[in-house]
Amino acid sequence: MLYNFATVFVFIAFGALFVGINLTLSRLIQTRNPHPMKLSTYECGELPEGDSWIHFNIRFYVIALIFLIFEVEIIFLFPWAVVFKKLGTFAFAEMMIFVFILIVGLAYVWVKGDLEWEKPGSVSDQRFVEVRKESETGELVA
Amino acid sequence: MPTPVFSASLTLTNTITSLTTLSETLTSFIFMALGAMIITGLAAVLALVGVYLERKISAHMQDRVGPMEVNTEIPLLKNIGHGWAQTLADAVKLLIKEDVVPDAADKKLHLLAPFIVFAATLAAFAVLPFGRNLIISDLNVGLFYIVAISSFVVIGIILAGWSSNNKWSLFGAMRSAAQIVSFEIPASLALLVVIMAVGSLNLGEIVAFQEGGIHKWLIFQYFPFNLLAFLIFFIASLAELNRAPFDIPEAESEIIAGFHTEYSGMKFAMFFLAEYANMFLVGVVISTLFLGGWSSPFGSFLNGSAFFHVFWIALKAFSIIFVQIWLRWTLPRVRVDQLMYTSWKVLTPFAFVAMVGVGLWMVLLN
Amino acid sequence: MALFDSVFYGFAALTVASAGVMVFSRNVVYSAVGLLFTFFGVAGIYVLLAADFIAIVQILIYVGGILVLLLFGVMLSQKGAGVDFRTGTMNVLPAALVVLGVFVVLFRVVSNTTWPVHAPTEYSPTTATLGTLLMTDYLIPFEIASVLLLGALIGAAFIARKG
Repeated sequence: MLYNFATVFVFIAFGALFVGINLTLSRLIQTRNPHPMKLSTYECGELPEGDSWIHFNIRFYVIALIFLIFEVEIIFLFPWAVVFKKLGTFAFAEMMIFVFILIVGLAYVWVKGDLEWEKPGSVSDQRFVEVRKESETGELVA
Repeated sequence: MPTPVFSASLTLTNTITSLTTLSETLTSFIFMALGAMIITGLAAVLALVGVYLERKISAHMQDRVGPMEVNTEIPLLKNIGHGWAQTLADAVKLLIKEDVVPDAADKKLHLLAPFIVFAATLAAFAVLPFGRNLIISDLNVGLFYIVAISSFVVIGIILAGWSSNNKWSLFGAMRSAAQIVSFEIPASLALLVVIMAVGSLNLGEIVAFQEGGIHKWLIFQYFPFNLLAFLIFFIASLAELNRAPFDIPEAESEIIAGFHTEYSGMKFAMFFLAEYANMFLVGVVISTLFLGGWSSPFGSFLNGSAFFHVFWIALKAFSIIFVQIWLRWTLPRVRVDQLMYTSWKVLTPFAFVAMVGVGLWMVLLN
Repeated sequence: MALFDSVFYGFAALTVASAGVMVFSRNVVYSAVGLLFTFFGVAGIYVLLAADFIAIVQILIYVGGILVLLLFGVMLSQKGAGVDFRTGTMNVLPAALVVLGVFVVLFRVVSNTTWPVHAPTEYSPTTATLGTLLMTDYLIPFEIASVLLLGALIGAAFIARKG
């Protein structure tokens, strides 16, 4: 087992090494024409306005949270699935209780609307928290 | 139980150790390194082939011909034509392109992100079985390892989007991460039916279970639950690859290039390569889990040597890739709320149904 | 077992160094990256302890779940890059004394406990054993874990809805 994991580790190291070699090679032979315009942030050719972060859409955080809970459920499901063939009905019943409790969780989150993603064009979600600065005139910059 | 190719190398190592003064660990390290180099090269080449295939297949589907120009003067290769060297030219172009890093970007994280994304994608290749004894690392938790590695890639994507200090990059990265994360749940649940049927997380054992002909392939067992699981896993993997119809994070017409907007030159090439290598990885994983892996569909006919094994797995993997490319150029892009709806409200419940269905089937009939 | 020891020390060094980066860095995203490598180092140590399944779980849950959550939280609430994450320290000397005291206590506890300090001699796969144990000996904790997860899910969703 250690041998296999060692191989995996060597693999990861080689992946990083491959990227490193390519980037170094590129750095050696690439063209270099520095220009101040190249240093600016790209915004389809326009000059960037406003600060460079986004609306705090709490959806992202909620989805990651729900994902984490279900991921922990999945790590319980994997060892059960491995021994499922051997253990039989009792193990199946036990796991079904587990899964059922978590399906109740999914149903709850579903019904309460936590899985909804804001439809484009709808009136702004009241959970939007604006963290942008205002421009000098006091208007919110787009 | 299939043994890794490099356990044969252990015997070779012993012979070499007895013949030379190299220690055993050093020799096995050299073999590991060799295997890693071969697979890295293979993954890179396959990624380039994947890019070329995408351009050609999409071209023919759109009733045009795609790249036809790039060719060489070498006599035999010249006759292939059809712009076969296009991706080589692209690779060279990316190599000599200037690496423009915006002033506002966080240089260290900007540099770290391609490493994480590519190394994580490549690391998953270590457990793929290309033949009966052609596995680099015969991990007992191989399948679980592949699931875990894809979550590593999410971090790389988030760092790429963040370090660019560009609203579009960050937004694309967040959406991409949310998308990958949402579709990981149905994908992992769909894998459970495979594990339940085989009783192991070892990819070599999963293929060995399906050996013996097309009727033993896992996609046809426990009908229709395994087929449902296959479809769920296929759709979820499309989303995890950020491919259409789920390619909002890379929507060229919407947010430029998503999280890799501010990347140029070789760093961009690494993201690009990682995406196509990931495509190939998904192709091989689906073939291994549901379509019998390297075993021949005719049972023992054409199943003898490693050459045939590699042929079969390549055929199956490229068929999956063909379907992925086909879907990209046929289907329109889904909206982000439709995407979340698909993952949480359609795929996850159906994945639970598939798992419970297979469980009930196995319990009632055994 | 010089190779085993050096690999262990390597992973331990990686873990401690990354934890150091995480604690002392002024940029909160750098701290998150330090945390990433800390988790990776701990996963490596789990492998050396013959806990292959737990090592992968470490990567899957901690890196793929908790770190992603952390990064989302950090990135969606920061006012641009480079927010100074430190709070000011008013009373350096009392703080240093308290920290020193806690450190001495922890050090004494760690050094006086008898840890089983040997590498495992047998490296067998653990997934099947874990599955069997979860279904037989540790069934009650397992089912309670599901209730706990349900509670966490409902609570987190509730808080996110309110806040």
